[in-house]
Amino acid sequence: MIKKMTCISCPIGCELTVFVNGEIKVEGNRCPRGLEYAKNEVTNPKRILTISVKVEDGVMELVSAKTDKPVPKKMLHEIIEYIKGLKIKAPVKRGDIIVNDILSTGANLVATRTVLKKD
Amino acid sequence: MRREKVDVLIVGGGAAGLAAAISATKEGVKTVLLERDRSTGGVLNQCIHNGFGLHVYKEELTGPEFMERMWDELKEDVIRPNYTVLEIKPKTREVVTLSEEGLVIFEVKALVMATGARERPLSSLQIPGSRVAGVYTAGVAQKMVNIYNRLPGRKVLIVGSGDIGLIMARRLKIEGMDVVGVVEIMPEPGGLIRNVVQCLEDFEIPLWLSHTVVEIHGDQRLNAVTIAKVDKNKKPIPGTERKIKVDTLVTSVGLIPQNELIEGFVEMDPINKGPIIDEFMRTSIKWIFAAGNNVAIHDLVDFVYEEGKIAGYYAALISKNEKLPDSDKRFLRGQNVGVLLPQRFSQKKSFKIYLRPLKSFKKSILKFDDKVIRKFNWRIRPSEMIDLVVKDFNNFGPNVTVEVNEID
Ligand SMILES: Cc1cc2nc3c(=O)[nH]c(=O)nc-3n(C[C@H](O)[C@H](O)[C@H](O)COP(=O)(O)OP(=O)(O)OC[C@H]3O[C@@H](n4cnc5c(N)ncnc54)[C@H](O)[C@@H]3O)c2cc1C
Ligand code: SF4
Repeated sequence: MIKKMTCISCPIGCELTVFVNGEIKVEGNRCPRGLEYAKNEVTNPKRILTISVKVEDGVMELVSAKTDKPVPKKMLHEIIEYIKGLKIKAPVKRGDIIVNDILSTGANLVATRTVLKKD
Repeated sequence: MRREKVDVLIVGGGAAGLAAAISATKEGVKTVLLERDRSTGGVLNQCIHNGFGLHVYKEELTGPEFMERMWDELKEDVIRPNYTVLEIKPKTREVVTLSEEGLVIFEVKALVMATGARERPLSSLQIPGSRVAGVYTAGVAQKMVNIYNRLPGRKVLIVGSGDIGLIMARRLKIEGMDVVGVVEIMPEPGGLIRNVVQCLEDFEIPLWLSHTVVEIHGDQRLNAVTIAKVDKNKKPIPGTERKIKVDTLVTSVGLIPQNELIEGFVEMDPINKGPIIDEFMRTSIKWIFAAGNNVAIHDLVDFVYEEGKIAGYYAALISKNEKLPDSDKRFLRGQNVGVLLPQRFSQKKSFKIYLRPLKSFKKSILKFDDKVIRKFNWRIRPSEMIDLVVKDFNNFGPNVTVEVNEID
């Protein structure tokens, strides 16, 4: 089986041709991450999720956050709904873990900005 | 009114301005960065998605992370928030600003312009229909959702498939809006393909290429739009109209460099829509430098950061009365070259040039005069800026024509 796809691991966006016959072979990638991406894409596609989380008592109402590892694409919806139900207390620092091992994906939800406490 | 003397004054605290502040302060000169907002970061503040910093920090960061990394790098407290620059007087090197304390006039030795870009409004598309509520530019919608925690409506159509439009399609969907689709007048998406994949395909949002909005319906609030297919000349094809019920329209039809403060006296490039600059990021006025989206629209913050660093460094040198070589050589646009910078150079050191091809090419070569400089075995597109380091200029005359051509 031959599949065409675009590597989304970096903004260059290489156009990959993926040969899936037992072993997975890739053409068109300009770096090794393309191979990695293609392998995941045919077996279990994953994405980093970026989102925001509600904050109480902060100088901002929201803190931006991301999963520190890609999470299965098919779980995105479930993870998004879970995060929407959260509310955390300020202060939050960039890098703080908001949720450990979110929905058992092995990925943590971490803050991507600093939100100080409102005075 | 108060007066203040500074060596390097930086106007704008986005990625370009912050990078300029990092390098200027390292040179030990008195530096001040003016930002009209209450905090710095510029568009990075609201870009909570990832894709920033792969070149500079060797990591894939979100916008706010990239911003805070720059804050960490900036060791001196030189940022003055809530300062709007009103006027620059080229003869006296005075910069007139308005802040909470009233008018402040800075007397500067060197200036770095880092005012970024603004969004092209919907009115530039000239769509018939009354002016209704519910129409937002993508950047405004992004700020509402990511900073102020407000949704612009329930059901939305996005016009324009630039990166901001694609990113907002996904963002609004994640926040629970019904995103009916993205219309794009061109036959190809305007943004990066990675964004088409991870923002639209992943979330099953349709992309209608060669389509445009032909009418806006509604009394006070938008209630529907009519879209239609367009022909090769971007004219709507009669009979292809389709009315779609939406209460929100988000437009992403491009950014325009902001140069009102300098365009009256600095030489401008009509294609880049920014000042003509050299490899030191210096404009046609010897003490005015520029970097970032006001010079030309960039899709990568990393390039903006690199430019800011260069501008800040050389502005600091100029403020210490050091001489820079004359940039008496020029790059001229040949076939298929759109955005191009720098336009001038001095040939003293190696430097980077950036360009955008006018069309998409499967395989192509880049030539300086008749000499092949680079071969692209991969597709290049107008939406992705190309960067390359230029080293050896000994074989070129004072005018170098840059061109891109298709090969088999
Ligand atoms: C939605 C969006 C998504 C993007 N996605 C990516 C991505 O995934 N990866 C990536 O690498 N890049 C991305 N970019 C590009 C990159 O982020 C920008 O090119 C870069 O951040 C622009 O920086 P800048 O400093 O030139 O401009 P800006 O960030 O616009 O900063 C300009 C600053 O100047 C201030 N200013 C303007 N006029 C005045 C005045 N008169 N007085 C005082 N202050 C003034 C403004 O308030 C602002 O803070 C994206 C850009 C956008 C808009
Ligand atoms: S293969 Fe490498 S260079 Fe190409 S898009 Fe993927 S990560 Fe980027």
